[in-house]
Amino acid sequence: MQTLLRTPLYERHVALAARIVPFAGWEMPVQYEGVIPEHRAVRTDSGAFDVSHMGELHVEGPSAHAFLQSMLSNDLDRIGDGEAQYTLLTNEHGGIVDDLIAYRITPFHYLLVVNAGNRETAYAWLKQRELRGCEVRDASDEYALVAVQGPRALERLGLPAARPFTHGLALLDGIEAMVCRTGYTGEAGCELMCAAEDAPALWDAVLARGVKPCGLGARDTLRLEACYPLHGNDITPETDAISAGLGWACALEKEFTGAAALRRIKEQGPTLRLVPFVMEEKAIPRHGMPIEGGGEVTSGTHSPMLDVGIGMGYVPAGSSAPGSEITIDVRGKPRRARLVEKPIYRRRKT
Amino acid sequence: MAAPESYPEGLKYHAEHDWARVDGDEAVLGITWFAQDALGELVHYEAPAVGATIAKDAPYGEVESVKAVSDVIAPLSGEVLEVNQKAVDAPEVVNDDPYGGGWLVRIRLSDPSELDALLDVDAYKALLAEE
Repeated sequence: MQTLLRTPLYERHVALAARIVPFAGWEMPVQYEGVIPEHRAVRTDSGAFDVSHMGELHVEGPSAHAFLQSMLSNDLDRIGDGEAQYTLLTNEHGGIVDDLIAYRITPFHYLLVVNAGNRETAYAWLKQRELRGCEVRDASDEYALVAVQGPRALERLGLPAARPFTHGLALLDGIEAMVCRTGYTGEAGCELMCAAEDAPALWDAVLARGVKPCGLGARDTLRLEACYPLHGNDITPETDAISAGLGWACALEKEFTGAAALRRIKEQGPTLRLVPFVMEEKAIPRHGMPIEGGGEVTSGTHSPMLDVGIGMGYVPAGSSAPGSEITIDVRGKPRRARLVEKPIYRRRKT
Repeated sequence: MAAPESYPEGLKYHAEHDWARVDGDEAVLGITWFAQDALGELVHYEAPAVGATIAKDAPYGEVESVKAVSDVIAPLSGEVLEVNQKAVDAPEVVNDDPYGGGWLVRIRLSDPSELDALLDVDAYKALLAEE
């Protein structure tokens, strides 16, 4: 049995009587009060998530930009200093090694926030391919990351509204944090990165402003309503970016690992497509359930906002249009679902 | 809101965290506070059909929370006389009131001698203390 890692906020979670579970090698809070109230808090007001288990990789040096352009699928020329971009680390087959956000500090310095479970893989992948003139460094242990999400998140933190996918430094109760207008819930808000030793004070400052602590359970239901893929479930090194519907994050006009394979898949059309669906019958779809006619569910849960089963899965491209009906094998029982447009849930603008 | 932890006297308990309230040759079945707490907020109850035969120690239904699905194990054998439609329509009643409004099925016992194999409240609490 491998020893589980703890974030700098572990003691805070225990003090809040969180239910702690192993996740990607970490002891993480899955819920405090409950998944549903936490989910609703983020949709209607604000919630705070400890996501310090995620990895932070620095890529620095004069060739940092050129190196990452050759490794990552999206086009870093589209962003400037103080901006960020969703992008993919792809293999030769166009498979997804990890999905991540690249923050441009300067052309000579990028920060990559990678999935907790892929931290070592992503680091090793980049390190082995490192170009002369740049250095990849795993700084994950030096930082804590707290996502504050919801329509009132920025207001509660006293932070000005800003364009999505921008970042800058700010002080919160005297604690210096990098404020990133990014998230994984489909709501406005930010992710606050600070020095690991400042994390408890930052967390306390966030909660003192009336933000509800939320666990990984709500993080999963929120991201699924928003149709954000989860690496390891919906996207893997064996699934390509085009089939996964992530072609928008692939700059196929530039050269990067897997670009040729992805161009070929795009030209020929993928066999399967990753699509969102909503159950038409009372049943909750789960990862791995077969879909009649080929394909399978890659993520499934109960939508706290819609109060029905929702999910994502791969279906044959020919029958992947929104509105199509599918049948899912729910532990031996056929249950009908309907393919829908992304996102599954969108908050009405008020 | 979830109910505070409790294990009423007078119920019969099964080691798979189910309870039975026996009344003559009938029993009402449900899951214990421990079971609902371990699952979290319930969002789906897959109930058996009225008239179905259920067998002691075998699954007769499923309860699901946002995160997990669990079989419901029959503490006793019998025929399903009634399903709690309220628990089907709004499964959170099982969290709110696991021994009252959150019951799952009412059955007619096919073998009342099975009662001897069930736990009383003290034996069930002792079992929980070991978990």
